[in-house]
Amino acid sequence: MNLRHYVTTNMAAPMSSVDKTPAECLQLNSTSFQKKTRSKFISIPGTRPSVQNGQLLVSSGVTSLDYLLGGGLAVGTVLLIEEDRYDSFSRMIFKYFLAEGVVCRHELFVAAAQDDPDDILQELPAPILDDVAIHRPGDQPRMSCEPQDTLDAMKIAWRYQNLPKVQSALASSSRFGHYYDVSKIMEPEIRQAAKWHRFYHPEHPPPSSGTHSPKLESYSALLKSLQEVIQREGFDLNAPLPKSRNILRVGLHSLGSALWGDDLCCHDNPKNVHALTSFLYGLRALLRSSLSVAVVTVPSHLIQDRALMGSITRLCDNAIALESFKGSERETNPLYKDYHGLLHVRQVPRLNCLASQLPDHKDLAFKLKRKQFTIEMD
Amino acid sequence: MFTELNGILNASPESFTPGEFILLSDRQSDASFLIHHFLSFYLKARCKVCFVALVQSFSHYNAVSQRLGVSLTQAKEKGQLTFLEGLKESLSVLIPQEENAENQAMSFLRDPAAGLRSLYEFVQSSVVESNGGGGAEEQWGPPVLLVDDVSVLLSLGVRVGAVLDFSHYCRATVCSQLQGNVVMLVRCDGEAEEDDEGSQQLMRGLTHQSCLTLHVQGLPTGYCRDIHGQVELCWKKRQSDGQHTPKKVFQFKVHDKGVSFFARGTSSAVL
Repeated sequence: MNLRHYVTTNMAAPMSSVDKTPAECLQLNSTSFQKKTRSKFISIPGTRPSVQNGQLLVSSGVTSLDYLLGGGLAVGTVLLIEEDRYDSFSRMIFKYFLAEGVVCRHELFVAAAQDDPDDILQELPAPILDDVAIHRPGDQPRMSCEPQDTLDAMKIAWRYQNLPKVQSALASSSRFGHYYDVSKIMEPEIRQAAKWHRFYHPEHPPPSSGTHSPKLESYSALLKSLQEVIQREGFDLNAPLPKSRNILRVGLHSLGSALWGDDLCCHDNPKNVHALTSFLYGLRALLRSSLSVAVVTVPSHLIQDRALMGSITRLCDNAIALESFKGSERETNPLYKDYHGLLHVRQVPRLNCLASQLPDHKDLAFKLKRKQFTIEMD
Repeated sequence: MFTELNGILNASPESFTPGEFILLSDRQSDASFLIHHFLSFYLKARCKVCFVALVQSFSHYNAVSQRLGVSLTQAKEKGQLTFLEGLKESLSVLIPQEENAENQAMSFLRDPAAGLRSLYEFVQSSVVESNGGGGAEEQWGPPVLLVDDVSVLLSLGVRVGAVLDFSHYCRATVCSQLQGNVVMLVRCDGEAEEDDEGSQQLMRGLTHQSCLTLHVQGLPTGYCRDIHGQVELCWKKRQSDGQHTPKKVFQFKVHDKGVSFFARGTSSAVL
């Protein structure tokens, strides 16, 4: 219901008019981040403007992570996740991000070299269902079937009864951030309602064109494929946008690993040192000019060169690193017995403003519970 | 621009030292707020500015500059500002299209080992045409070149030597020939010992070429919410008023509309 406030009807209204509501001011501020918006601003489900600088934010799927990153992920930015050793928790956050996209009816673009993107999508956690629309045609009402004309006294119950069916479509899009049950898999009906695109590296053999560039063929093909999807599906801000706008959530799994053909993780002095960084530069260029958000995971524990990790981090906007306690001496440390690992916030962007929203505390630990991924101060 | 910083640097839009190469650097911190300062400073000083923005989009700089009282869109329309949006131009090079209508400035991305000649030629053409163009509606002051930032060129595969050559050529053209100023931002990550060869070399080379360096880093005592870091200013030559103060250190806090600088230990959080 809140999103109704954010629809403005007159974009040409001067900034200095005093009878603007704060929400409308935020509206104009958030469009300054977009390149070209000739049409009236239409609210996009699953997004909200930031309270600090009016940027358009989406939820990462993990509510406590949204809070740490200043309210959510800004549209047009990249979140870098440095994987934990067994890629268990980083993969979980990756799936939360995609699951949130399915629930908010965003489009997805999933790229991986190790697992088939179909398999990743089939493992998405189930959203906790009290306010998500389930499109089951033969849905039985929760109350027992009583004829409605005798329900004068039961009018309130009747309204509750209809609530999931009538208002659920609006409820799922107006709520920002959902909770997921990791012990259950997302229902195929919900998952199949989502529109998504895939890039599975083994399906794209390198062309034998023989171009001598420092960029890897795998990354170039990925960049090209992503640009095609952005342009074809109407996320490009440089082109006239379709009437009903949407966000594209881009998930890139384990970039830099050997399965992408990159030797960053294998050698101390890799041959293609600048392949990943050039790709990230191109990714940033694509995202800044489109309505999309990206989450990239990198197995940083395999990269020996800290300075290289530094330049990779700087080419992304948000960056967090996960350090799980599994298999380390901290697992049995009584100090950490309630937690699964440490979470380090490496970088928070300053976009469209001078100040950035750094988290108050830097010692953070996380715990993956069945229904929630919590991040707390250590 | 930040008025407190103008006081520290002894400069104002009406009077500043011409022909200077100012180096902004940071280590494990973010000195980009200084780029916003110098951008609005030189635009208010009615200089002809050429901004090579390699890491952020135009709307980002525009949004911040509006809070500092300068409109980049207007400056571009009036011809005062030449803005190279590296991100946008790079896409046509990184993803080759059939119709190559690319801006030549970013064509170094196709073969980074070859050097930054094309980027320098872009800078030269935008800086020289201002002085040569007679009959323009408004006369602008000396040219200024801003680069944000130089370290990303290393990440894209350009050699350190090529970047140092580029900065030297820019300095020769803009500072010596045209009596303008050059401001470049270079970023380091990690402790001084851990730095890779390239980034150390670049930092040292640029510091040698510059006459004023502003180095931003975090507090030596750790992370603090009220004091965002410290700035170390280093002058190479004597200042015009004869005082020889080679180094000054200030602490700063970044606000929404500006940055406040204060002497060490005098933060409002402490006093």
